[in-house]
Amino acid sequence: MKLPAARLCLLPAAVLILLLFIALLLIVCAYSLLSRGAYGGVGLPRSAESYTRLFDPLYASIFARSFAVAAISTALCLLLGFPLALFISRSGRRKNLYLALVILPFWTSFLVRTYAWMFLLRDTGLLNTLLLSLGIIREPLPLLYNYGAVILGLVYGYLPFMVLPIYATIERIDRSVIEAAADLGAKPWTTLTQIVVPLSAPGIAAGSVLVFIPCLGAYLTPDLLGGGKTILVGNLIQNQFTTARDWPFGSAVSLLLMALVMVLLLLIARRNQEGLL
Amino acid sequence: MKRALSLYAAAVYLFLHLPLAVLAVFSFNSSRFTVWEGFSLRWYEALFRDPHLAEAALNSLIIAFTATAAATVIGTLCAYGLWKQKTGILPGFIKSSLYLSLVTPEIVMGVSLLAFYQWVFRFLDVQLGMHTVVLAHVMFSIAYVVVVALARLRTLDPSLEEAALDLGATEWVAFRKVTLPQLMPGVAAAALLAFTISIDDYVITSLVAGVDSETLPMVIYAMARRGGSPLVNAVSTLIVVILGVMIVASERLQGHS
Repeated sequence: MKLPAARLCLLPAAVLILLLFIALLLIVCAYSLLSRGAYGGVGLPRSAESYTRLFDPLYASIFARSFAVAAISTALCLLLGFPLALFISRSGRRKNLYLALVILPFWTSFLVRTYAWMFLLRDTGLLNTLLLSLGIIREPLPLLYNYGAVILGLVYGYLPFMVLPIYATIERIDRSVIEAAADLGAKPWTTLTQIVVPLSAPGIAAGSVLVFIPCLGAYLTPDLLGGGKTILVGNLIQNQFTTARDWPFGSAVSLLLMALVMVLLLLIARRNQEGLL
Repeated sequence: MKRALSLYAAAVYLFLHLPLAVLAVFSFNSSRFTVWEGFSLRWYEALFRDPHLAEAALNSLIIAFTATAAATVIGTLCAYGLWKQKTGILPGFIKSSLYLSLVTPEIVMGVSLLAFYQWVFRFLDVQLGMHTVVLAHVMFSIAYVVVVALARLRTLDPSLEEAALDLGATEWVAFRKVTLPQLMPGVAAAALLAFTISIDDYVITSLVAGVDSETLPMVIYAMARRGGSPLVNAVSTLIVVILGVMIVASERLQGHS
């Protein structure tokens, strides 16, 4: 039996993509150019009004805020995730256990994890109850329903996305390269910054993109941990498709969001040469 | 430095596990409120008397296993193909499409999928159900599988496979005996990622699910919206324990073989 050449390996994915992704993209494009229907959905006449509304400063500031929140969350994930991946890769026999401990909380529903923070942070939640009963505070602290809570939830939710790819690449680094550096007198810190970090760059790039993208389009976390007080792009889109029933505008917002992220990805890909895919 | 790294890792693990641990402890609280009043199993009893939850859990598992299997096979093959054939029209097309699927907000993918299904249903006599959810899950997890598998492939030495070919192995044998074993940690990581994404998803699933395919996240969301009873604490604790046992078991199996 002869293995299918590379082209044949690509075939199943190509079929799936053609069938679905392209159809979906066409549908979103078409929606953005129609008018809102009387009962949700879309209708005629064709119109570009959804796009002119995007220039409203209100929506620009929502975009800027979403980028900031996603960037901060990604940076924090990297700050927490890289040392963790390094630690796991250096823990010998216990590697699988430590890896499982990263994935374990992740296997529970996203909602459950978000709910866990609500349980801790809300006015009648554990932290406030504890602090009140200890007499440290008199009024419950407003821990929930702000951007800090949203970022906390996003970092908590997407940390494994950062750890897994970084771990996979660190694992592949040839041990003898690190030993050689040590033999040649490099201090552990020098070995880390000069050898381990550059060699795990593909994993860092993959992890950062895997975290940044869902953070940018997130809507459950801002919805639950941010309450109504934090409006990000994800909530804006979700509102258009549900409460506001303005599918054309929602489609236009999402196309703009997708375009912005694509530009970002292309810039990163150009700098890294290899890129993500 | 080693001690500092261990301490740092311990702190991160605490951050990852403390919220769920606290939730688990309070699932045994006899009180409905956040004040500890004593140990009780009343929420678990209530849980097991709920046939609705059991059905949703089963649906979630069926969907996640089916979708993960399909996405892992298709995604790994695709990553291998992209690794072997870096340029060309087809790889370029696939790469940009996968980029697109990664940047599509879940809510957008959900509603456009729903619109797509409704359009297809005009010609076919089918309805929303498990199959539409599985197809949706395969679709949104495949890009993640490709990214993780490809990150692993990029760190492999292609000359090893070339050496196998030079020594007379067929392409299939070279793939199976040389590349695949080195790729396996990446495939396992990709499959785990796909599974977690599938079992986690609420947004897309709730849009493309039919009346007979309500999943666990959908039920939990509804419960959380109703104010989040201690029943939610109990469900989540149960999920953590069951999945924890599963992961440990699969790690053991891999270790022995």
